[in-house]
Amino acid sequence: MSLSSLNLPVVAPVITLSLTGFVIVGVSLIWSKVSRHVFLLLSLLGLGLSFWFTTSLWNSNTIAFGGMVVADNYALFFNFIFLISAALSMLLSQGEHEQGHLLNAEYFALMLFATVGMVLMAAGSNLLVLFLGLETLSISLYVLAGIKRTEPKSLEAAFKYFLLGAFSSAFLLYGIAFIYGVTGSLSLRYISNFISSAPLASQPLLLLGGLLVVAGLGFKVVMFPFHMWAPDVYEGAATPVTAFMATGSKAAAFAALLRVLHSLFDGASTDWMVILSVLAVLTMFVGNLAAIAQANVKRMLAYSSVAHAGYVLIGLIAWSDAGTAGVLFYLLVYMFMTVGAFAVLSFLSSRQSEFVMLDDFRGLAFRKPAVALAMAVFMFSLAGLPPTAGFVGKFYLFSAAVKAGHTPLVVFAVVNSVISLYYYLGVVVMMFMRKTLRTLSIPPTVPLIACALLVAVLASCALGLFPSYLMDTIEHFAVHLL
Amino acid sequence: MNELIAVLVMLIGVGLVVGLLLFLSNWLGPKRENPVKGEPFECGNIPIATTSARFSVKFYTVAILFVLFDIEIAFLFPWAVVFQSLGWTGLVSMSLFIAVLLLGLAYAWKRGALQWD
Repeated sequence: MSLSSLNLPVVAPVITLSLTGFVIVGVSLIWSKVSRHVFLLLSLLGLGLSFWFTTSLWNSNTIAFGGMVVADNYALFFNFIFLISAALSMLLSQGEHEQGHLLNAEYFALMLFATVGMVLMAAGSNLLVLFLGLETLSISLYVLAGIKRTEPKSLEAAFKYFLLGAFSSAFLLYGIAFIYGVTGSLSLRYISNFISSAPLASQPLLLLGGLLVVAGLGFKVVMFPFHMWAPDVYEGAATPVTAFMATGSKAAAFAALLRVLHSLFDGASTDWMVILSVLAVLTMFVGNLAAIAQANVKRMLAYSSVAHAGYVLIGLIAWSDAGTAGVLFYLLVYMFMTVGAFAVLSFLSSRQSEFVMLDDFRGLAFRKPAVALAMAVFMFSLAGLPPTAGFVGKFYLFSAAVKAGHTPLVVFAVVNSVISLYYYLGVVVMMFMRKTLRTLSIPPTVPLIACALLVAVLASCALGLFPSYLMDTIEHFAVHLL
Repeated sequence: MNELIAVLVMLIGVGLVVGLLLFLSNWLGPKRENPVKGEPFECGNIPIATTSARFSVKFYTVAILFVLFDIEIAFLFPWAVVFQSLGWTGLVSMSLFIAVLLLGLAYAWKRGALQWD
């Protein structure tokens, strides 16, 4: 094997991100007094370059490292989600409340390394690459969750995330071991060939391995029995980290889950569909019902993240090109609206106090009308109300499921959407129809967070009003896995 | 099926006998408690302090760094074995690997992780 046969251009997005991370660490070591904004600038530059490489790889459909990594449009589309999510989350780090903890080299380097892990998870067509990607992502996120290291809550978040994450990694690895034991290979392409000759149902160990892999990835997806960590971790971690965790790592885990299931299933297998359907319904109900009771908006968004994992699972269960396209579209849309909602929190948190309680939102529309309007857009979008992107995303997911004959599942999902209206609109009611009780001081506008907010609002509206161009692109180019 | 019944019979029989013996010795045997009987017998020293003492975090830093570079060596060994067949590709890859770890070492050094005081 020579260097040229590795096909390095295919992993150019990964290499760019890693190198940027190393440069940031190196710069921080050599010039300890360098302005902290240099790191932000460097990271955005690296993300932009990686974005450019991803664009140039579009439609190339190549493989690298002897089939370990693929650059199909599916993986590249996920790259866009990860890169935008990382860039927006980094802009949030300028917020007054967490600035002191976040504007250092470690934060930016770890964010970039976590993005590397995500890109590898989406692009890996070998179970070990997938595992490596997951570990790169997880270990960076464990540290990032505790980056507010003087605050006990942040440390608690990091510790919980680490312990449970280590468990889930073990599940995943155990599952990979079973799959390897039965098929004799870690390559997803080989496994898929193996299964088309010997059906899954006749291989109980393979089924067990598949379940363990689903459990391991389900932890990162925040699926029902593995969701317990989410509220505490989302609440304790710094808001930009939470935004990144809720969007990027969820998308990465879905990317890997879909790819693995594609190689494990030969056509639609009803056993699996039943398991996943039950999990999806429970995920939606647990997420939505628990979110109603939350007084802390970060915790509310954590449970809403659980619920949204359930919606996306429905697209996966539809098991068609339309379903896959729906998953891709929804994860992009979900990224914009969730990062946007967290951006509002970052925007409003002052140095002394974090703006997170539902009561803090009372009368916000009279104090900061523009921000309140943005928050309303995100809440409407998360709830899935018509003019917004969230509605179109849900429409694609649910219609794919109906076409595939999963109507009862969609009925559950619609019921859940109605339940979720209660707590999403609760925030809007607080902002527009209640008088302010106690006033938290709102910090002066940070231009970069305002930028992130604007991008998120525009995307949430634009993708809702004109979804067809993007959706056509996805359906034609991005749903075929290499 | 028949051999399975034999196993079942044996399980029940063994359970009954063991249960009976335990019950009898507990029921018939005299119980005279005294402090000496409660002491650990031939189980090492009697503990003199609580075991949940707190260590300085410095130990953990050193331990983690040790594990890190120990694993680096673990990766270098297999490379050394197939050094010839991997050729330049192997050399370049391993140099990159070591360069990344060196950056980590430089980071730890600069941030004072290697300093005890």
